[in-house]
Amino acid sequence: MRAFSQHNGICMPLDRPNVDTDAIIPKQFLKSIKRSGFGVNLFDEWRYLDHGEPGQDVATRQINPDFVLNQPRYAGASVLLARDNFGCGSSREHAPWALEDYGFRSVIAPSFADIFYNNCFKNGLLPVVLDADVVEQLFKEAADAEGYALAIDLDAQSVTTPSGEKFDFTIDAFRKHCLLHGLDDIGLTLQHVDAIKAFEAKHRAGAPWLFS
Amino acid sequence: MTGKTLYDKLWDSHLVHENDDGSCLIYIDRQLVHEVTSPQAFEGLRIAGRKVWRATANLATPDHNVPTTDRARGVAGIVDPIARLQVETLDQNCVDFAIPEFTMDDIRQGIVHVVSPEQGATLPGMTLVCGDSHTSTHGALGALAHGVGTSEVEHVLATQCLIQKKSKNMRVNVDGKIPFGVTAKDIVLAIIGKIGTAGGTGYAIEFAGSAIRELSIEGRMTVCNMTIEAGARAGMVAVDEKTIDYVKGRPFSPKGEDWDKAVAAWADLHSDDDAVFDCEVVLNAADIEPQVTWGTSPEMVAPISGSVPNPEREPDSVKRIGMERALEYIGLNADMLMTDIAIDKVFIGSCTNSRIEDLRAAAEVAKGRKVADSVALAMVVPGSGLVKAQAEKEGLDKVFTDAGFEWREPGCSMCLAMNADRLEPGERCASTSNRNFEGRQGQGGRTHLVSPQMAAAAAVAGHFVDVRTLASANSNDGEE
Ligand code: SF4
Repeated sequence: MRAFSQHNGICMPLDRPNVDTDAIIPKQFLKSIKRSGFGVNLFDEWRYLDHGEPGQDVATRQINPDFVLNQPRYAGASVLLARDNFGCGSSREHAPWALEDYGFRSVIAPSFADIFYNNCFKNGLLPVVLDADVVEQLFKEAADAEGYALAIDLDAQSVTTPSGEKFDFTIDAFRKHCLLHGLDDIGLTLQHVDAIKAFEAKHRAGAPWLFS
Repeated sequence: MTGKTLYDKLWDSHLVHENDDGSCLIYIDRQLVHEVTSPQAFEGLRIAGRKVWRATANLATPDHNVPTTDRARGVAGIVDPIARLQVETLDQNCVDFAIPEFTMDDIRQGIVHVVSPEQGATLPGMTLVCGDSHTSTHGALGALAHGVGTSEVEHVLATQCLIQKKSKNMRVNVDGKIPFGVTAKDIVLAIIGKIGTAGGTGYAIEFAGSAIRELSIEGRMTVCNMTIEAGARAGMVAVDEKTIDYVKGRPFSPKGEDWDKAVAAWADLHSDDDAVFDCEVVLNAADIEPQVTWGTSPEMVAPISGSVPNPEREPDSVKRIGMERALEYIGLNADMLMTDIAIDKVFIGSCTNSRIEDLRAAAEVAKGRKVADSVALAMVVPGSGLVKAQAEKEGLDKVFTDAGFEWREPGCSMCLAMNADRLEPGERCASTSNRNFEGRQGQGGRTHLVSPQMAAAAAVAGHFVDVRTLASANSNDGEE
């Protein structure tokens, strides 16, 4: 997994609450058996005016000029600023895959849906929770200043605005550690192989019907 | 020492290891696998040269992408080549990794969340995961069940464990007698209407109270299914007689001596009297009416006797903007009566409402009536091949087709419209599924979530109608 320590990038505001995973990557793209290539279909239904299907040449698609992602001032954005309950809906990991594939490294919101939040960490994408009024302030600043960028420091657990104002965020120590070092969860868990085997033997003895 | 909640008990009995920072390794008893969220997990195993820890702990079936029309040609008959490749990939992965699978031509195939309980592959006291957010369904049997992402599917395949942090405990108590015409679906929609789509975030929810007890196991599955729509990953109901009766004699259920041992063990699967919850919510069943959603989030819900809310009366500006946007998408005017909303299509199915009990309830309303001329399509999609067979045995298929409904093959179908079953832009659907998000049932499609009875009633009337006013017409058997 790709490690994350510090990142400074253009911030794209997406001013809607409850952005669900189907808005992030619509279901027709879930037919893919690959993990990559979802970036061109990120926010597909908002980003294009025509209906998208997998395997299409996106150069032929009709762009929606009103959607924030298509506005030249946010070209190359890598920090997504979002509203409450971002990533709600299905458990599809295609949502963080699409965000990451497009080039986002971090999503900042007042709250995230649980499974999405969790899935981000498996893909080197840092979800940052900041207070609703701080997020509100960032939305205003991002709208006012073209090229508005945020600096995110995972080690220091802070987000810094262009004016130097700093906001701290909290994050689970284990997740932080894994993300900082790009660690693979499975590899970590397999270090406990003896504990798993011991548990399994005891569990089997107590509830043999779970093993038949 | 204070008592434990049901969630505490399920958690503690599966705890393998706890790290200093509170993250835990939890043992997973069962993983359900489907075609959409698993290919990349198997690919990950192959790339890393890892084995599956315990193949028989998994159970696979294709559901999201399968056609609901002609199945005669099996997988080869899937028209969309990309979808076909995904189902073929699942079949191949199950062969390669020795994972039990109900393939498309197996009568036991269906929506994972219908299939597993039906087979007894979901048991009380289990931990169960699936790469699908509606895995919360299985908590209805007193199990700890929740959705996971593809990386976690791979993690469970490789290690039989998940890295987890414990959630907080919430109890939702629904007390009192369930009124006539009100179903499990209405109860859960009312709960989501009350606590909101993020109300359960960070919690595991136990549904309790006399109204929940009164529900059948199928009804409890409907409630637990939509826990995720309230923001909580896992929902559950304590084990009682009904749970034990439901589980008994199913193919994967314990037998003989094991059965007696299991039943004894399951007796403890309830919250202790002195257990403390971090949050408690109370609803009175008597206050709940049949519900219909009016917006693009399940919390945007109103009783059938009510009207579409007016954003002008919403003091919170973020909420007001959300309501305005939802009304614009859904194409409704503020303050219009719910019963004045006309529909184009009807979908009865999905892991929320496609079990035999749901089909019986819908058929009871459809019986002797006709789908309104203004309704372009009304379809019934059973949750599994076995539900379909049972329904046909009871003649329900005939009731539906006589009334003008289409009777389909099992799968997810128009719940998420990954296959050919979908809404066209602007079409309005009465749906028994669980999500009314923008584009969920097809780009530009408008979804209203309702119970199976309410969906059937809407099909007949051509608009939403209070099923309680229709119910007495059942004596009109055979009438045109
Ligand atoms: S029926 Fe709908 S909600 Fe249920 S598993 Fe299938 S797609 Fe998901």
